[in-house]
Amino acid sequence: MSAAPVTHAAEIVFDGVTKRYPGRDQPAIDDLSLEIPAGTFCVLVGPSGGGKTTALKLVNRLIPFDSGEIRIDGRSIADFPVTELRRGIGYVIQQIGLFPHVTVGDNIGTVPGLLGWPKERIAARTAELLELVGLEQSDGKRYPAHLSGGQRQRVGLARALAADPPLLLMDEPFGALDPITRLRLQTELRRLHEEVGKTIIFVTHDVDEAIHMGDRIAILREGGVLVQYDTPDAILGHPADDFVKQFVGEDRALRRLALRTLADGQLSAAAADEHGLRVSKGTTLRNAVSQMLETNTDHVVVVDGDRVLGVFSLADAGGLL
Amino acid sequence: MRAHWGDTLQPALVQHIELTAIAVGIGFALAFPLALIAHRHQRLEQPIGVLSALLYTIPSLALFQLLVPFTGLTWTTVEIALVSYTLVMLFPNIVAGLHSAPDDVIDAARGMGLTRRQVLLRVELPLAVPAIVGGLRIAVVSTVAIATIAAFLLPDGLGYPIFLALKEPTPFKTEIYSAGLLAVALALACDGLLVVLKRALVPWARKGVA
Repeated sequence: MSAAPVTHAAEIVFDGVTKRYPGRDQPAIDDLSLEIPAGTFCVLVGPSGGGKTTALKLVNRLIPFDSGEIRIDGRSIADFPVTELRRGIGYVIQQIGLFPHVTVGDNIGTVPGLLGWPKERIAARTAELLELVGLEQSDGKRYPAHLSGGQRQRVGLARALAADPPLLLMDEPFGALDPITRLRLQTELRRLHEEVGKTIIFVTHDVDEAIHMGDRIAILREGGVLVQYDTPDAILGHPADDFVKQFVGEDRALRRLALRTLADGQLSAAAADEHGLRVSKGTTLRNAVSQMLETNTDHVVVVDGDRVLGVFSLADAGGLL
Repeated sequence: MRAHWGDTLQPALVQHIELTAIAVGIGFALAFPLALIAHRHQRLEQPIGVLSALLYTIPSLALFQLLVPFTGLTWTTVEIALVSYTLVMLFPNIVAGLHSAPDDVIDAARGMGLTRRQVLLRVELPLAVPAIVGGLRIAVVSTVAIATIAAFLLPDGLGYPIFLALKEPTPFKTEIYSAGLLAVALALACDGLLVVLKRALVPWARKGVA
């Protein structure tokens, strides 16, 4: 029986947090209050100057703040010894920051080593994590310089997960990767989040990434002001103001349809031999609409394998928005 | 050359190695803590750097003139001069090495909860090794050359056979060539050893190893 930490996910609360950098008029973070329930994948998104990265670095105290409080599971971060706080939080950054002079395995084992785990336990955990993030066991003996960018960020993720922290902070982790690798890692991180159930605070400037990844999205604007904090669906459906409208884009209706599949939609009854284009129930509403436009029809027949589930029409799509 | 080996060249070579080793050893023992201080307190880097550069600009013979009244015709006098010259090569290289850890690596290290001391010992120092060895190579090679001037004060080192030969009226001066070549060979050998040392200490920079 391994001595797994008791907590698996932590609740994070920002309570009226303000951060000003000396010599600047505008605060970097302005009276930020945000409750992130345990296990939530929370994305901080906004234009540059919105204070996203600052907000993230306040949590592990890489940046001190002026007023307010940040609590992890009800305990103020100021009450932790700083190294203990940081060892309990996974930290992933865009530039990855792997130690170039030690092997991938030793990089992953950094925090367990700091926590004084026995060697065998670190080795077992490292092997487990290499597998979890989709790397070969032999990669553990290589140096970071011999890996591709995507592989390096997998190591960065494994390193952050090593001591099984209840919270992960991720600062634009996929920002420097090519689009294909980025999409793959995004999908895997979502899967991983469902698997390991940690609280994740994820910073990005890319609204598509935010919608794709987040359970909750916090939109920050210049001066560190929180404009909206909600689910992707609610943000696309009910943007709080013109800033959010503009930020999420004119095509927000289509983006919103992309969040749901036909299986989630209200279908009208249909006969088993119903005429029309047949699409699987796993298709997103956005793709279904796209296919209707392409084939110049106003409905599709939704199927689950050979079974006809019902009919979904353009009007149904409009009604959902 | 064979005739001179046992009575002149061999002892001169051994003395020369000692002169160099002591100078670089003490120089390193001084430069290293100074570099650590300059790395921690960046304001001190420039003053220390300027001071070591100033020491380097003093001509060795003038420095001997200054020192002999206090320390006499001794190894101490020679070593004070040699040590002060090594500082200018060692100090900036060690500091540059300590500064060379990329910002993102330091950010990640602190974010994972390494203490300042752990960041220094586990990250900054290992990453400084290539620059430190680079500084040592320059210091050793230069000191092997500069140490020949010890002969102005003492009958020691590879400079001495050269010094004596210069005084002789004969046109063909074997000692100049043999002692000079030995000094060059010594410099090359030390440099080679340090390159090997660096390869051993910096396995992560090797290409393609698994």
